[in-house]
Amino acid sequence: MLNRFVAAEQPIAELDTKIQELDRILDAQSVPEDALTDAREQRDQLVAQRDDMLRDIFTSLSPWDKVLLARHPQRPYTLDYIQEMCDSFDELHGDRTFGDDPAMVGGIGQLGGRSVVIVGQQKGRNVAERQHRNFGYAGPEGYRKALRLMKLADKFRKPILCLVDTPGAACLQSAEERGISEAIARNQKEMALLGVPVVVVVIGEGGSGGAIGLAVGNKVFMLEHAMYSVIQPEACASIIWRDSTRGAEAAEALKLTAEDALELGIADEILPEPLGGAHRDFGEMARRVKTALVGALDELEKLTPEELIEQRYQRFRKLGRYYEPPREAPAVTEEPAAGAGNE
Amino acid sequence: MAITPNGHEPRKFDQFEIEAAREKRKSIPGDLWTKCNECGFMLYTKEFENDLRVCRKCGAHANLNWRERVAITLDEGTFVEHDADLEPVDPLGFPGYAKSVAKYQQRCGIKEAAVCGEGRLLGHPVQFGLTDFNFLAGSMGSVVGEKVTRVLERAAETGMPALIVSGSGGGARMHEGALSLMQMAKASAAAAKLERARVPYLTVLTHPSMAGVQASYASLGDVILAEPGALIGFTGPRVIEQSLRIKLPDGFQSAEFQLEHGMVDLVVPRAELKATLGRLLEFFAN
Repeated sequence: MLNRFVAAEQPIAELDTKIQELDRILDAQSVPEDALTDAREQRDQLVAQRDDMLRDIFTSLSPWDKVLLARHPQRPYTLDYIQEMCDSFDELHGDRTFGDDPAMVGGIGQLGGRSVVIVGQQKGRNVAERQHRNFGYAGPEGYRKALRLMKLADKFRKPILCLVDTPGAACLQSAEERGISEAIARNQKEMALLGVPVVVVVIGEGGSGGAIGLAVGNKVFMLEHAMYSVIQPEACASIIWRDSTRGAEAAEALKLTAEDALELGIADEILPEPLGGAHRDFGEMARRVKTALVGALDELEKLTPEELIEQRYQRFRKLGRYYEPPREAPAVTEEPAAGAGNE
Repeated sequence: MAITPNGHEPRKFDQFEIEAAREKRKSIPGDLWTKCNECGFMLYTKEFENDLRVCRKCGAHANLNWRERVAITLDEGTFVEHDADLEPVDPLGFPGYAKSVAKYQQRCGIKEAAVCGEGRLLGHPVQFGLTDFNFLAGSMGSVVGEKVTRVLERAAETGMPALIVSGSGGGARMHEGALSLMQMAKASAAAAKLERARVPYLTVLTHPSMAGVQASYASLGDVILAEPGALIGFTGPRVIEQSLRIKLPDGFQSAEFQLEHGMVDLVVPRAELKATLGRLLEFFAN
């Protein structure tokens, strides 16, 4: 595939191209041995140089850089992870009510010796596929399909993995007509009642209602360069400053990076990405995600269905920051009032 | 800014235009007359208030502030407010947020967009919550999410039915970032708790009920009522029109549209709202 670079990666674009050129030479059969040695040396040098640059760039990424990385056209998508992590997988289709939404995928598979149900939004890789998948903006049928599969998991006591990667929920006339808000609301409510482990990984864009409609989990991981936001930064900028080109400033203000999410309690753990981002070493990224998922399931499977429901409830119950004046406590207590402890 | 030349507020707008339009709402000096936002008709204010701020000419339901909403919903003198001292903080240091919170606190006389408590409705005890559209468009940040959650939790604990009147154009409040988004899940999970406890949950959707709020607790009532003409949906109509370059049909996302599409149980004129809620509570109580 043709290499694509987001702004932060531009400085290494040229090096990457040279390295690829050399790789082509090294792969070719007809090159004499001494030329090969030269090429190999040169390549190793360039790789070292590139990796140094990458390290430099990636230690000082701005929130906006992260937004662009989360949306990177070469970033691995849900089905890429499923294919890489699962020993087997069958995609299942349809919401049994109206249709099948290609922006949401789901199915049953084997992961690390377990039967699991996996659901997640799916973006497209080329123009045709992107349109087919509505750029990962899932509609009511998508959320209802996901819920159907999660209920199937609940019924047969299988754990659920949710891979979140969406700019937001579908912005379509048809989505409104068929109740996109109801579908997202219902998913959150029903997910709160699942008696099986639900593990969420935000692999790219955690975009507003579209993300939370699939993210009420016992444990929420975020990839290092993923984002989680209440609104797209461009839309936010156009609301505050009436200027959608100021997305970078809005990205800063919205505190949407994985570190921010961890600090706010929105994410439980950050999964580090390989140098240069998940798309530069996808096999390694998938291994890390799989390890995290298996570890989380090992832990969560010790809980009873009732405990899982309670743990999930409490996980979300404590989110939010506000001020509540201390009440006249009936007894001496060191605990601050519920929820206000964050303040 | 889509304000038509004759000063009417068109039916399709986004949260911020609504706010701007409200600022422009013209009251004749002395407040003797009030102009209907919808049709521009001049209404004798006393009569307009008696009509629960519904236009005599076109039937448009003007927004009620929290005091008015409590007054027309609960039996006189029965409302006991809870959690009135919960205040928003500025968790992200978001540009302009602290200032605008202070402004709305002063203007509305409440610390946040949500007001909650308990009272009686035609004699039936209820856990009651509302969002006041006048306060930052009734959007949901940490405090609104917390208050709604507490209403639902108290209902689950006490067995008193929960009633929430939602009026929110903003959905999840962007000034609190993803924390606002998390309130959607928190409140929805509380609705799940209520369901497990088999306690009735009624929601009333008022103009406008959009986005993150509509995609959360507002959509989860056992029975969902809507006021006539209320805009109800997820993505605002202008955003859809602009991004898809289409013209949406008249009445798109109106309460009547949602009734037709199976998303609300009943569209109830404001004057009949209390009696209708009373019958519903009667059903659950008997």
